[in-house]
Amino acid sequence: MTGGLEGPTPEERPKPAGRRNELGIRIDPEAEAARPHRRTVISALVAHEPGVLSDVSGLFSRRQFNIESLTVGPTETDEQARITLVVEESDPGIEQIKKQLRKLIPVISVRELDPDAMRRELALVKVNATRPDQVAAVADMYGGKTVDASPETATIEVTGARQKIDAAIEAFSQFGIREISRTGTTALARGTDDTATEGAQADDYQSENTHTVPADDD
Amino acid sequence: MSERASVPPKTAEPTDDQPTDERTNEEQPTAADTRAETKPVTTGAESVVRALENAGVEYAFGVQGGAIMPVYDALYDSDIHHITMAHEQGASHAADAYGIVSGEPGVCLATSGPGATNLVTGIADADMDSDPMIALTGQVPTDMVGNDAFQETDTTGVTTPITKANIFANESDRVGDDVGEAFALAGTGRPGPTLVDLPKDVTLGETEQEPGEPRTPDTYTVQERADEATVRRAARRIEESSKPVMLLGGGVIKGGATEEVRAFAIEHDIPVVTTMPGIGSFPEDHELAMEMAGMHGTGYANMAVTHCDTLIAVGTRFDDRLTGGIETFAPDAEVIHIDIDPAEISKNIHAEYPLIGDAATVIEQLAEAVEHSPQATKWRAQCQQWKSDYSMAYKTPDDEPLKPEFVVEALDEATSDRAIVTTGVGQHQMWACQYWTYTEPRTWVSSHGLGTMGYGFPAAIGARLAADDDQEVIAIEGDGSFLMTIQELSVAVREEMDITVAVLNNEYIGMVRQWQDAFFEGRHSASEYNWCPEFDKLAEAFGARGFRINDYDEVADTIQAALEYDGPSVIDVHIDPHANVYPMVPSGGDNGQFALTEDQL
Ligand SMILES: Cc1ncc(C[n+]2csc(CCOP(=O)(O)OP(=O)(O)O)c2C)c(N)n1
Ligand SMILES: [Mg+2]
Repeated sequence: MTGGLEGPTPEERPKPAGRRNELGIRIDPEAEAARPHRRTVISALVAHEPGVLSDVSGLFSRRQFNIESLTVGPTETDEQARITLVVEESDPGIEQIKKQLRKLIPVISVRELDPDAMRRELALVKVNATRPDQVAAVADMYGGKTVDASPETATIEVTGARQKIDAAIEAFSQFGIREISRTGTTALARGTDDTATEGAQADDYQSENTHTVPADDD
Repeated sequence: MSERASVPPKTAEPTDDQPTDERTNEEQPTAADTRAETKPVTTGAESVVRALENAGVEYAFGVQGGAIMPVYDALYDSDIHHITMAHEQGASHAADAYGIVSGEPGVCLATSGPGATNLVTGIADADMDSDPMIALTGQVPTDMVGNDAFQETDTTGVTTPITKANIFANESDRVGDDVGEAFALAGTGRPGPTLVDLPKDVTLGETEQEPGEPRTPDTYTVQERADEATVRRAARRIEESSKPVMLLGGGVIKGGATEEVRAFAIEHDIPVVTTMPGIGSFPEDHELAMEMAGMHGTGYANMAVTHCDTLIAVGTRFDDRLTGGIETFAPDAEVIHIDIDPAEISKNIHAEYPLIGDAATVIEQLAEAVEHSPQATKWRAQCQQWKSDYSMAYKTPDDEPLKPEFVVEALDEATSDRAIVTTGVGQHQMWACQYWTYTEPRTWVSSHGLGTMGYGFPAAIGARLAADDDQEVIAIEGDGSFLMTIQELSVAVREEMDITVAVLNNEYIGMVRQWQDAFFEGRHSASEYNWCPEFDKLAEAFGARGFRINDYDEVADTIQAALEYDGPSVIDVHIDPHANVYPMVPSGGDNGQFALTEDQL
């Protein structure tokens, strides 16, 4: 082959001292701790129009963001819906998710909720009803309600934070679980704190992220 | 919103029947003047065309077909000049290039199904390069959508990941405003392609609704000015830096910030590197110019980026072809990143100083905040030393065929400083970056992020219509790339367009061949042809003028003759098929360890 240029070879050139990690952050090459992923809840207020949900879910799959659950439902305003996302990412990944969501035209506002936000999920658990009394007792323990009963099955509705539902399912498993359906987490900020409202572009791009404590569910 | 942030949609001037004294004779009648006589809209299709007229659209590129026919019928009465392309891909690239050169969104049209899918490559290309463009696609009637009707494709579904925004038009009363909104979004903030899908019943449907001026939706906001405290911190960093570099991306050109960044760099004596889309943002013949960095950037640009202590990056998304391996990209530098899109900040490279805003506005904020220039005399001397150590000078041995570098330099020499260069993708594109000396913004028109072979010639058609008459348009093509969209020659001939094509013909998919030699033991799988058409003859068959160059002594005169021909001309330049592009940083490699020869890879 032909071509090629003159000049000092790669070995002859000076080398810089520093290095970046895979997230493009400059690091001390000696001591670099891995960036932990954390689970957090992001709430997005969106225009209630066809295609928003596929825009959001498409964004997550295309950009390989780790998503645990996505729920959507109407709000106090007819034209608006709220999407609640539980994601598990590094801090820079979570920042990217928020920024990319804000770029979608139907998205009105996006906010990452504080770790103390109220988070709830509903699960329907259908178990074998061979021991109905015990099923009722377990349901009671988790504040569950029996919503359907047949000679062979009982279906219990449990509401609560994710861990509570996990624990309830674990407890129900002794009866033999036939089917489960979970809604995924929905959430609201506490007190007068806004979840994600019109006009309030909640957390500022430049503000340092304060949610460094891994959010545990309730 | 400042005018520079973006390309604000041209708003129509108020209609005034009596021309005022200020109006000179040279002035063309504006869209508003002609509209004074136009009839009110009666259908959705007419309101689509009216929305384009309101936006000041002069040209549109497309191909007819069933579902878009109502729009074409309305276009029949419009002053918008429609260019019928040979293939919809050509229409999307032409619209894209029109947007790059003019700064206004380019318009392309296609019918549903295959028409729309043929646009896709050009839309994706515009999306990667943030080029302002609007695509209008026909769609089957609303009541047939979802039934797999003839020529039905889920066009909004297909294009969601590759558009800035897309709209499925629902109502004849609103469709004009949908188009206005898409036009406004394409050119506002960070530009990008938008699409409006137009079901036939919506365009045929009756309406009296006149579309308003193009405007972005309420949920769309653009931050113009950067946070003052961060500007002050960044200014201190620049003052204290001893090895500063400015890295200018395509956002500088799109934001109309060329003047401001040039003034800043020169005032503070800061060496300037560009990305590939940033070519033209800084004059490459200036002492401070280090030219393009990245995979095939100059050695001196890559040394400067690798060793700087402060990187002032403007309007760049730190693409991997620029950064090489992230770990080794400017590893000693604190990064000041100016960008209008918050999502680009710290996406790939962490920015210690995130400055969100319009490039020109933020550079002016910085210019005001910086109190003294960095003390960088030694660094500048080092940069000059690298420029001589890693000179781009190439050899022209007598016993080897014509070198492509020589041809690019000859074309540059034969044309003005404002000549526009378009390219395909491959080695020829890299030689066009490296050996043409760009001094003006909007003169480099190429496919950067998507790397689309076939871009060059249709782009030349769009560029030709956006350019001034005294600007030459030169398409530097590869044989493989040109073959992908060569049918558009028929359009250039029909429209009598003065375009000069130089095919750097190596009878190879050259860039692939170069990689095979470096990384696949020279196994030339599907990269060499045993036959290649004669491009000069092919050009003649289309009705263009054909030329051929085999050797050095034919170069200057043939280029002259081709340039003098007032119409499309094609020079089939037979270059050394074994020529390789250097310097080269392999994918994911260390920019500072660029190879100058194959054995260094
Ligand atoms: C549409 C498309 N298909 C395939 C590729 C992969 N590719 C990159 S460069 C190249 C070779 C280009 O050949 P040519 O246009 O002759 O340019 P050369 O490298 O020979 O100058 C190919 C096949 C591409 N970039 N675009
Ligand atoms: Mg080739």
